[in-house]
Amino acid sequence: MSEAWLLVTIVGAGTILAKGAGPVLLGRRPLGPRLSAMIALLAPTLLAALLVTQTLATERRLVLDARAAGLAAAAIALAARAPTLVVIAVAAATAAIVRLA
Amino acid sequence: MSAPLVLGPRAGAKAVLPLGAAVGIFGVTFGVLAEDAGIGGVASIVFGVTTFAGSSQFAAAGVLSAGGTVTAAIIAALLLNARYVPIGISVAHAIDGPWWRRLAKAQLVVDESWAVGNLGGGRYDGGRLLGAGLVLYVAWITGTTIGVLAGDVIGDPETLGLDAAFPALFLALLIGQIDSRRALVAAAAGAAIAFALVSLVPPGVPIIAASVACLLGLRATAATGAMAVPDEGDATPGGGPP
Repeated sequence: MSEAWLLVTIVGAGTILAKGAGPVLLGRRPLGPRLSAMIALLAPTLLAALLVTQTLATERRLVLDARAAGLAAAAIALAARAPTLVVIAVAAATAAIVRLA
Repeated sequence: MSAPLVLGPRAGAKAVLPLGAAVGIFGVTFGVLAEDAGIGGVASIVFGVTTFAGSSQFAAAGVLSAGGTVTAAIIAALLLNARYVPIGISVAHAIDGPWWRRLAKAQLVVDESWAVGNLGGGRYDGGRLLGAGLVLYVAWITGTTIGVLAGDVIGDPETLGLDAAFPALFLALLIGQIDSRRALVAAAAGAAIAFALVSLVPPGVPIIAASVACLLGLRATAATGAMAVPDEGDATPGGGPP
């Protein structure tokens, strides 16, 4: 199996189980509060880490390039309460223009 | 709640339509980027069909395109989707049928359909949830397919600045997840850990390492902002046979 299919299979199976666990197995029994609190923090933690690496990392180096300019533009668009799709478009357009310059 | 929400799949589908358009366009972006990250056209589409969780799919593609290993991509995506365990539990009372139907219906629960199905006070309408989920599912898969097909025409996504779509999307998603002081602290810690590790470990690993910041959840069990914690009273009202 190619690496791509390995990714698709494992993440697909894992996600199907994660989504189905409550409705199928646990039914109405809630998770413990500590476990719930930890799981609830996983998403913000990982998204922040992804934000940093996707903006600044190239392989093992930290670089400031067009992506950072795109992110700055995205932050401004978000502050102006633009819809997410507009935010993404602004970021992409900014990065593309910075690369042209 | 001010006005009572209309229940049922039709109402859910209608409520989510504007989001569906956006999700479709995200799907196009994902299709283009995933193919460029080496996931391959058919695999990218199957990824959406089985996983149907955009943030984790973007995360996996992001890790791969940054030169990370497939193992790092898998772990990052799975950790990101761990939140669907508590989300699934929160809607369990609204999803009925034999176990295999519940498993299938549960796949339509994503962040946006979860929000549309929310009636407030920890109650969910299964109809709204599933109607919204179905619209989003079709939009996501259709979008991804178009993206995969368009990828060959577009060529290098960097020319269009599409690589900057990753951080911009993660920022937008992150802001939606910061629902408490604790979430903010955890996010800051996660960002700091990832930043510190970039030059020390292979790509993808900093993201996995950052997940230790969720241990902050062990401190302060006060339930502020614990979004998906279903409280005890949720399951009882409205229960019983149809």
